Amino acid sequence: MKWLRRLLLLIVVLIVLLLGWFFFGGGHQPTSPAMSKVTAATLHDPALIARGQYLVTVGDCAGCHTAQGGAAFAGGRALATPFGNIAVPNITPDGGTGLGHWSFEDFWQALHNGKGRHGELLYPAFSYTSYTKVTHDDALAMYAYLQSLPPVHRPPTASTLEFPYSVRNSLTAWRALYFKEGVFQPDPKQSARWNRGAYLVQGLGHCNECHAARDSLGGTPQDVHLTGGQIPQQNWYALDLSTRQNGGLQGWSEQDVVDLLKTGQSAKGTAFGPMADVVASSTQHMSDDDLRAVAIYLDSLPARAPSPEEPSAFNANALVVQGEKVYTQRCADCHGKDGNGVAGIYPPLNGNSSVTEPSGINATRAVLLGGFAPLTTTNPRPYSMPPFAQQLSDADVAAVVSYIRHTWNNSTPAVMERDVSKYRQTPMD
Amino acid sequence: MNTNASLCPAKPFGAVVLLVAAMLFGAPLRAADAPPIPDTLQQRIAACTTCHGVHGEGTPGSGYFPRLAGKPAAYLARQMQDFRNGLRKYAPMEYTVRQLSPAYMQEIAEYFAAQQVPYSRSPLPPVSAATLQRGEQLVSKGDPANKIPACASCHGSQLTGVQPSTPGLVGLPYDYISAQLGSWRTRTRGTVAPDCMAVVANRLSDSDITAVAAALASRQLPADTHAQMAGSVTPPLPCGVLGATGDGT
Repeated sequence: MKWLRRLLLLIVVLIVLLLGWFFFGGGHQPTSPAMSKVTAATLHDPALIARGQYLVTVGDCAGCHTAQGGAAFAGGRALATPFGNIAVPNITPDGGTGLGHWSFEDFWQALHNGKGRHGELLYPAFSYTSYTKVTHDDALAMYAYLQSLPPVHRPPTASTLEFPYSVRNSLTAWRALYFKEGVFQPDPKQSARWNRGAYLVQGLGHCNECHAARDSLGGTPQDVHLTGGQIPQQNWYALDLSTRQNGGLQGWSEQDVVDLLKTGQSAKGTAFGPMADVVASSTQHMSDDDLRAVAIYLDSLPARAPSPEEPSAFNANALVVQGEKVYTQRCADCHGKDGNGVAGIYPPLNGNSSVTEPSGINATRAVLLGGFAPLTTTNPRPYSMPPFAQQLSDADVAAVVSYIRHTWNNSTPAVMERDVSKYRQTPMD
Repeated sequence: MNTNASLCPAKPFGAVVLLVAAMLFGAPLRAADAPPIPDTLQQRIAACTTCHGVHGEGTPGSGYFPRLAGKPAAYLARQMQDFRNGLRKYAPMEYTVRQLSPAYMQEIAEYFAAQQVPYSRSPLPPVSAATLQRGEQLVSKGDPANKIPACASCHGSQLTGVQPSTPGLVGLPYDYISAQLGSWRTRTRGTVAPDCMAVVANRLSDSDITAVAAALASRQLPADTHAQMAGSVTPPLPCGVLGATGDGT
């Protein structure tokens, strides 16, 4: 019996050690700015700071790191995830609440390896799964820019993650599944422009963080790239960025991609929902060369097969007849009887990938919320669409969305009244 | 086969005429049966007018969508800023204005401020004469014992508002006024600090809110409903909005 007792003791010791590591592991000595290999003179170089500002804009860091009505980059938002809310930190150089005490080495470790200043594992709501591809030089420029900002004192809000997600070391398993560290490696078989586009899309642009479906652990399997999917909590469908039919960029030219990212509108559609924010705060400021590179890269993605059409579980014909009636009354004046819209003003619905995407969420919510096209330098006084939430019943919204998804060249399944009712309740932040 | 050509010899010519006409008048090219989209602010702001009315008349029957017509422009622009910054909470408004620039907000505000729409009366709930009397006292004299200033001390002697940032209160529906006073107390409506209206709303009792909303909604409209001149009142409380121009500065 002695061996059994020893074995039990060993197991207990192992469990204690494991728990200790689980809760307290991951220690790391931070590097103080004074000990950093990067000199203050380097960081004060105006050219480096200007390049950093451009890169921080391309990465849309302000998009998450700014609270509604708050100072830019000062954090304060609570980012909703299926696992609870995650507090978004202040990244201005404030000593107490921001990155004031962070050296470049600390910054690089966070951006490249998803680890905080003391080695703690960062939650992947901070998209280091993409940022790991950013080069050392670009990261240095971004760091120089962020350190040049006026410091803003703003303590973060509290995270409300559920157990076991509240224990940072639980991310060890997550990282093994979904995170591969490594700077972008150019493909020598492709052009320099293609490689620049791939670098921007896969790295700083972190397009895949929305434009790919997440699984039940909130991760994107490593072979899944820009395949489109529903954004958790936000209830919008981020399109497949390959040239796939129904919910992809089928029929989009390079110019269409450039136009949408630059002006918010293209001949194929208008950005709305979260993508409108991305255009307004980030992509409209990208250089024409970079936008062209992104378009070249996206255009090269092999088209995926459209998802097989699921037979509707109910009689959609009556719905479509009612939908046509609503469309004629409410929509046709702007989007046209032919669904082709008005060039430069109202987007086409015929062949619009946001209309034909698999879920029907985008068209449903666009009808409910309406809103302005993105406000950009090229379109400072955009036209807008009325919100129909107060004017149309769930049944009428389902009917008109089913109609536009199933007429002209569009052939996608109907949406149901209960879905409309669900999306009506979705919080908008 | 040249059947088509012989049947419709004028078609290519017609298309050229249409194209040239479209280029000349700068109108977007559209199918022949559809009227061109006017290049007007009114057309651009369909997202606003669909609820607030083409001329900002609101929905006086229900009081749900407030009237915008004739309100001071800086006040209207300030409200859009407040929605964008989350000081005023109403998700559809926050979503709609979240991207608008200060310049575009100002242009939209000026459009609605310039609209002249007759006021229409809204239904009043049954209230006692004593309640109306208390309301009338709050409107014109306030309640010094409870440090409640008179509405008229800021919103103008005729309660038609004061340029550039103080809205009029006459002609507003009972439901709208009581809902706004309530939302100041629940912090779903606020503005830049110091938020004087929040201070006042929190000094009102529940029955005061009923009384003041009923008294304002039942008031006869003055002949001139325009806002008073800027600087014509001295507010009894410090108000952030009065030091601001509505453009976020």
